Amino acid sequence: MMIETLLSGAIGSGTSVLYAINGEIFSERVGVINLGMEGCMIVGALAAYAGAYAAGNPWIGVLCAMAAGGVIAAMHAYLVISRKSNQLATGLTLMFFGLGIAAFFGRNYVSASVTGFQKIPVPLLSSIPIIGNALFNQDALTYLSYFLTPALWLLLFRTKFGMRLRGTGEDENVVYAYGVNPTVMRYIGVIAGGMLSAVGGAQLSIAYTHTWIEGMTSGRGVVAVALVVLAGWSPSKALIGAYIFGGAQALQTILQQQGVNISPFLLLMLPYVFTLVALFVASRRQKQSMPAELKKVIESSSG
Amino acid sequence: MKKKLKKLMITGLAAVLALSVASCGTTETATETASETESNEQTTIGFIFVGAKDDYGYNQAAYQGSVAIENEFGDQVKILRSENVPETSEATRVLEQMIQQGATILFPTSYGHLDPAIEAANNNPDCVFFHQGGLKNTDNVGTYFGTIWQAYYLAGMAAGGVTETNQLGFVASFPISQVLANINAFELGAKAVNPDVTTTVIFTGSWSDPAAQTTSATTLIDGGADVIAQHQDSTKTVIELCESRGVKSVGYHIDASELAPEGWVTAAIWNWDDLFVDMARTAIEGNFDGSIYDGMYRGGLAEGIVDLAEFGQCVPEDLQAEILEAKQAIIDGTLNPFAGEIKDQAGNVKVEAGQILTVDEVEAIDYLVEGVIGSME
Repeated sequence: MMIETLLSGAIGSGTSVLYAINGEIFSERVGVINLGMEGCMIVGALAAYAGAYAAGNPWIGVLCAMAAGGVIAAMHAYLVISRKSNQLATGLTLMFFGLGIAAFFGRNYVSASVTGFQKIPVPLLSSIPIIGNALFNQDALTYLSYFLTPALWLLLFRTKFGMRLRGTGEDENVVYAYGVNPTVMRYIGVIAGGMLSAVGGAQLSIAYTHTWIEGMTSGRGVVAVALVVLAGWSPSKALIGAYIFGGAQALQTILQQQGVNISPFLLLMLPYVFTLVALFVASRRQKQSMPAELKKVIESSSG
Repeated sequence: MKKKLKKLMITGLAAVLALSVASCGTTETATETASETESNEQTTIGFIFVGAKDDYGYNQAAYQGSVAIENEFGDQVKILRSENVPETSEATRVLEQMIQQGATILFPTSYGHLDPAIEAANNNPDCVFFHQGGLKNTDNVGTYFGTIWQAYYLAGMAAGGVTETNQLGFVASFPISQVLANINAFELGAKAVNPDVTTTVIFTGSWSDPAAQTTSATTLIDGGADVIAQHQDSTKTVIELCESRGVKSVGYHIDASELAPEGWVTAAIWNWDDLFVDMARTAIEGNFDGSIYDGMYRGGLAEGIVDLAEFGQCVPEDLQAEILEAKQAIIDGTLNPFAGEIKDQAGNVKVEAGQILTVDEVEAIDYLVEGVIGSME
């Protein structure tokens, strides 16, 4: 029973983070750090809720989320790519901007009830002992994330388009010489990244909790930025990062439920401690896999 | 290097601006709801809320109290309201802004609004402040709160009577005394009708993180709990989740039975209307100094400030009668939820037989009672 609860909890609270990690990977792969993912997520959460409420269809909500997250990311892209503003400061600003604007426009949706995504058990698969219920009794956005992660990996690492995206993050001069406009590729990467994160926000509001309330992302977008390093900028490992974080979230509630005699304050830190340990373990290889253009950003910001 | 620093600072400033623009917006739009007509006799009253006015919870209960003042005094008062005011110096700023707009009576309604309110009160000695739940007061800041644990005891009786697994769940926020008192009263009430019942508590570390609420409630339900209570600001997430999982739920702050037609048990609720009207009247007439509200005012079931919501269909009638009898006994003073003997989780006697905890002692509880599963230290 406990293992089942742990697995389904890991996926339940990890999926929104998974979308956000994948979003940040897209952004950083083209050489742009977007610390504003929290902002993209929260406007996504609200837009999804409002869209699903107005249209009575959660998929419309997802489209609204992508549009809203795309707009925030496009603002980031314009400021840092075209206006060359500082990436870290701009991202932080947009995070607070997103949180503020979502709280403002979300006031009328707090008590609204929406028809969100419900859990749909997959026949046969969902009755597999232990893992069946956790993996195959989920909502549509969670199922989508199972397919999306390998699809994004294929797109990035096995297609010409993906190579151009990655090339932009490694050395824009080479891509330019190859006849591709690196500025366009950057815009595509950043905006697509914001859209993906916004779907993560939608998963929180219209699939996992069926609730809109201001600040409901509670720092998950920020954690996602950290977990990108752990994922080594690859969607395949994003799964690991997201489920470690979600799993730690679920584990601490299970430990509380079992009455384990540890302070709840310590247990509540567990997801962040896990993240830090994972980052520490991953720190040795991160230098090699970090996109080269990103190194420039970080070095210029600290110099 | 220098240039970069400057750039960073400018963007940082922009961040602060973006934030304040967003919160200003909330204030201004909220004020539009205030009555338009001005007269010389009009008193302006300001309310700040930490969350949204329709959160099926804490803020909605306080908001309803502000509406009661509006209905009672009509054109005599002008109400200013501001939602989503954080528990920081931002609260002082919003209160000061309301005072500039003419407010002389202010209601900072969240626990963490106390220190910002005291700061604003010291700057404006002519204004009267009523703070919700505060444990300290000044010359022109009085605090008010209700002994909501009395209602939690009754809700616990209902939950203890309807559970089939003898396992109750409690989605709590932080292990502070106010919350611990409610969890303890809930378990004590449940045990009064069902000696075998336990309450498993999970702290989410937040007043409103719907994802943490969902994970916690799911863990409790998977673990066998079939009635879930909560101490969160917004109660909608947990109640709707329980309804969809086919388990019963106990609400808090306001009656949210419409969210759970099948599994609604009852709720410990606030009824601020009469109190708010009376506090406002006292202040409008200039009688605040020396009144019962000039200090730390506490009222309970007897004063009608806290109450039990309507029962759901799953609560049998004989159990309802038993609970209403207990309610009357609490009002009459013949029953007290915190009457000894009460043991903590380790079996140590915390309240001796024959002893009764005072309101101050309950507001300082730092343990969980026997029968509660969970750690708080």
